[in-house]
Amino acid sequence: MGESTTKLVATPGQTIGPFYGFALPYEKDSQLVHRAHAGSIRLHGVVTDGNGSPIPDSMLEIWQADEHGEISRETGSLVRDDHTFTGFGRVAVDNVGHYTFTTVNPGPTEQGKAPFISMVVFARGLLNRLFTRIYLPEDTEALANDPLLSSLPEERRKTLIAEREPNGDLRFDIRLQGEGETVFLSYPGI
Amino acid sequence: MSDATAQDEAFDAETFDDSHVLDPAATADSQETISQEITDIHEAYRKGVEAGEAQETQPRIDFAPYRSSLLRHPTKDLHHTDPETIELWSPAFGERDVHILESDLTIQHNGEPLGERIVVQGRVLDGDGRPVRNQLVEIWQANAAGRYVHKRDQHPAPIDPNFTGVGRCITGPNGEYKFTTIKPAPYPWKNHHNAWRPAHIHFSLFGTDFTQRMITQMYFPGDPLFPLDPIYQAITDQDARDRLVATYDHSVTSHEWNTGYRWDIVLSGSNRTWMEEGEEH
Repeated sequence: MGESTTKLVATPGQTIGPFYGFALPYEKDSQLVHRAHAGSIRLHGVVTDGNGSPIPDSMLEIWQADEHGEISRETGSLVRDDHTFTGFGRVAVDNVGHYTFTTVNPGPTEQGKAPFISMVVFARGLLNRLFTRIYLPEDTEALANDPLLSSLPEERRKTLIAEREPNGDLRFDIRLQGEGETVFLSYPGI
Repeated sequence: MSDATAQDEAFDAETFDDSHVLDPAATADSQETISQEITDIHEAYRKGVEAGEAQETQPRIDFAPYRSSLLRHPTKDLHHTDPETIELWSPAFGERDVHILESDLTIQHNGEPLGERIVVQGRVLDGDGRPVRNQLVEIWQANAAGRYVHKRDQHPAPIDPNFTGVGRCITGPNGEYKFTTIKPAPYPWKNHHNAWRPAHIHFSLFGTDFTQRMITQMYFPGDPLFPLDPIYQAITDQDARDRLVATYDHSVTSHEWNTGYRWDIVLSGSNRTWMEEGEEH
């Protein structure tokens, strides 16, 4: 079957609404690795609105490389076997707007690149999904050379860099609006 | 998919706390107020297009008639960036993830669900018209009475013990998907006084690049609630709104069994450098 190369207009998005809870979350959805996995970390934070109030009916997804910067092509995200790293996770934010993923620190996908986790945000009241990046804070030289980060003023840049907590966890809050509003991204053709 | 019976019992036992769903400040508005706001925004958009501004293809995220969007949209412009490495790939899903029977929402319980049995089928394509193969499609919806199997849905319409309203499938070699389900009904919500959502099915989609990830809603042709609905009308452009409406297709209808609808979904363009067919690994 021949493949058309006609440019098509994308179908519009719509809000996830309030009723995804019985459909999209699944067992171990937020556990990219088992907690006992060597090098496992907690990635957590809160999702807040323009008043600084938590958004309990939001859903987040992450997609990331493994510790060595390898991008997984493995299936099985929906049926976790606690051994296969698929790189994908999903979490329904809890009643106080907090989320937790169990994952690993991604390695750089290319030499010298600042490692980051790709995140997509959905919520009731949010008419289309939002993309952002969660950068690891350690490699300051790579962060300084990152094309996206260096195109942002300082106070906006820091919204994309996770905080490393003393126990090794990563803290990343998402502010949809207002003071410290997270930088959300658009890409070519989107 | 979790055990629906256990789920039913779990939410029957829970106390309903609707504080997340209600917008107390909004519920006093009349449909006329909301409709006028929609008309004004659309009118300004039409004038802009006539003056040479670009046609919009996606919903506005700042759309006040949808009251819940007021505090939940970024006020700064999306920051344009070129996708890098991880963003040029998507998670892989396959037969391991989804059982083939999950695409039939009418066989998940012991009995037949009530309502009009329908088939919804179509293709998932990228912005260059390439089929999106072997990718996950997830759907969820209300039942034939307009009720969701969700504890936050307290609309006093009956729950159907034979209908959960959740389906999944993996797209085929031509990007095709197919679900057998029950036609959902419209339902009331709290955006304003006497607010009703047009009947819809929620769709969740992945592409070849993670930047194509999207969630949307499919509607049914000719719904009289379209002009009244601030979520649907947050898409200011009529051509764009039409892209969310399925087409009745008699070739999808089958004799003495179901009526049929066709709906193709186009994701945004892939930014990956594509290899020739056959080089793909």
